[in-house]
Amino acid sequence: MAVRVLFLGSLRDSADAPEADYPAPLDWQGLLAAVPAAVAEQLREPHVHVACAGKVLSDKADLAAQDGDEVALLPPVSGG
Amino acid sequence: MARLIIQSPADVRLLDSGMSVGEALAAFNAAHPQAGGVATFLGKVRPDEDVRVLELTHYEPLTLPGMQQLADKALQRWPLDGVLMWHRVGVMHPGESIVLVVAAARHRRDAFHAVDFLMDYLKSAAWFWKREKRPDGWHWIEPRAQDFADRNRWV
Repeated sequence: MAVRVLFLGSLRDSADAPEADYPAPLDWQGLLAAVPAAVAEQLREPHVHVACAGKVLSDKADLAAQDGDEVALLPPVSGG
Repeated sequence: MARLIIQSPADVRLLDSGMSVGEALAAFNAAHPQAGGVATFLGKVRPDEDVRVLELTHYEPLTLPGMQQLADKALQRWPLDGVLMWHRVGVMHPGESIVLVVAAARHRRDAFHAVDFLMDYLKSAAWFWKREKRPDGWHWIEPRAQDFADRNRWV
């Protein structure tokens, strides 16, 4: 099993894919190492948020995704 | 046509195909018979000769719950009979409706304020990502400073 990571908005283009599966467990450093370099670079920006299991993390560095969790990488929203 | 059932006090929906605005307004109005006023905002894809289509994506676990929390904030802040927030996702063409926000209240000012507030938060804080297809390809839309300034009027 694995952690499914979703690339939302423009991160989909940076990742060249809508999603990817990485081995569990997955923490912040593990995430930065796993995703494509262009995504990792944007993830370090303060305005890019991370959600795990349906909750937005107040601090991305606290990521602790377990087997079966879905992690969403959230670039700035662009308005309805 | 099946009768449209409006949830009260907040009817919040994500729609992946066109919305029937007249039907929504009629049903919302009927669901709030005690209101003295109903304020409505309909947002549309702005016609622009370079924009072929607009695509809105969302993230199901966050987008709809976030909109419901936003509706709850409006209901706590003003004495409203009810609100309706319907938002399109997917591919839209210029002139099509994107968002319908409606508020019913005893007095008009509360309804106007609630709709204005809801739109400012939807534009700047709801989980939607937007891109436009122009002759040279797809372009992601970045948030505008004005959107944040508009939202900060309510802090």
